[in-house]
Amino acid sequence: MVEITRKQVIPGDVIVTGDYRPGMFVQRRGNDMVALRIGLAEIIRNDVKVIPLSGAYIPRTEDMVVGKVVNVTGYGWEADINSCFVGYLPGQFVFGRDFSPSTHDLTTRFTVGDLLLAKIEAFDRTRDPQLSIRGPGLGKIPQGEIVKITPMKVPRLIGRKGYMINMIAELTSCEIKVGQNGVIVVDGTPEGVQKAVRAIQLIEQEAHMADLTTKVQQLLGAPIGAPPTEAAGPENSGEQ
Amino acid sequence: MTEEKRKLMDENGIRTDGRRWDELRPLKMEVGVVRNADGSALIEWGKNKIIAAVYGPKEMHPKHLELADRAFLKCRYHMAPFSVDERKNPAPSRREIEISKVIREALQPALFLEDYPRTAIQVYVEVLQSDGGSRVAGITASALALADAGINMRDLVVGCAVGKVDGKIVLDLNDTEDKEGSGDLPYAFMPNLNQVTLLQMDGLFTLDEFKQALDLAKVGGMKVYKLQREALLKRYFSGGGPETSTSTTEMMEEA
Repeated sequence: MVEITRKQVIPGDVIVTGDYRPGMFVQRRGNDMVALRIGLAEIIRNDVKVIPLSGAYIPRTEDMVVGKVVNVTGYGWEADINSCFVGYLPGQFVFGRDFSPSTHDLTTRFTVGDLLLAKIEAFDRTRDPQLSIRGPGLGKIPQGEIVKITPMKVPRLIGRKGYMINMIAELTSCEIKVGQNGVIVVDGTPEGVQKAVRAIQLIEQEAHMADLTTKVQQLLGAPIGAPPTEAAGPENSGEQ
Repeated sequence: MTEEKRKLMDENGIRTDGRRWDELRPLKMEVGVVRNADGSALIEWGKNKIIAAVYGPKEMHPKHLELADRAFLKCRYHMAPFSVDERKNPAPSRREIEISKVIREALQPALFLEDYPRTAIQVYVEVLQSDGGSRVAGITASALALADAGINMRDLVVGCAVGKVDGKIVLDLNDTEDKEGSGDLPYAFMPNLNQVTLLQMDGLFTLDEFKQALDLAKVGGMKVYKLQREALLKRYFSGGGPETSTSTTEMMEEA
């Protein structure tokens, strides 16, 4: 078992001093590893990173996102992906290589207001992120209830290897699509959806608290069982 | 001035509000007070009551002003019409425009604006009740709000003012001392980096007085930083906290 040390940090805090490798939201200053965000600093072997507790969604390639089509241009669709950047889905990615704006009508596939489950195909900050809907389960989301949470809390909602989200889906018999951008679509029976939404909101509110899995199980009225290898969750950092 | 001035410090070295030369006014900060903002903070410093709210990073409007390699930082310092004794015209005054600029320049060095190209980050500083040193209070609150908004920062920014009253260097001027005293020196810095981001001076200081003032500002600033830190940690790590603990869960309006 690898030793993991966690520490509550705010911007400017020195996490650790010595020969370490700065990871996400960490900057090296001389020999100091400095945090750039509010969050939990994690030291695993030689790597230091900060798991931020707040912040807007900044797209990353290979992320799954839920977006809403806000504009149809001649060559593709623009989607609101809950970020400061607009996602762009080019026509070629939907109609194939022989796509031509004159022969294909983009609105036959998606129109303004449609919800999409998409993957960030490419993003380098100089241009808007490019979306793709090639892949299993990707494409238009026909129905469901939308819940928004802080994007930084999405990993908590998903849990170790999807444990948390699968548990909620199973206990409420809902289909839940989670975007890394903090937009979640829940589909199922009205009672199931209501329960799932409540569970998601609980995670949003208490993301930094211990025993989240138990609390969700209680809320959903399930037998309380220990999750597998949850030891590495932020619960063990000893807050409160 | 020819007229007889009121004494701002008595023979025991006690100031108009009962403080000694090196004491701060009562200071309280709270993070996450504006629900609609991405980050926010309330600061109560003496009689100052100031809310700072941060929006963004978001799309830049108007589009032609966006910067290809970094975020555009917009700051607005505004005093509410009821923040002073005599009603203040709500239109931005010369003074407010200047303070907006110095706040922007005091915050900018702490931010990684290049991490958010083509976007805008807006900082609104609303003075609800004003006292001396509102610009440094505004900077202190803005730094909290920016950290709350989750924008990458090198360090927090702390503001603190020093001044000269009755020929003595004193920490953290109140409104009377600011108006009737003989000098004012607002100061903002990044405490961990030990770098100055704002240094203004009003009135006359000798070189020795200036050096003394600067040292005092640093000492006072570190006290402010301690409270600033506590406010931020309380918001994020105290397990729930008071009424502001519920955060941004909400349904999309069209859902």
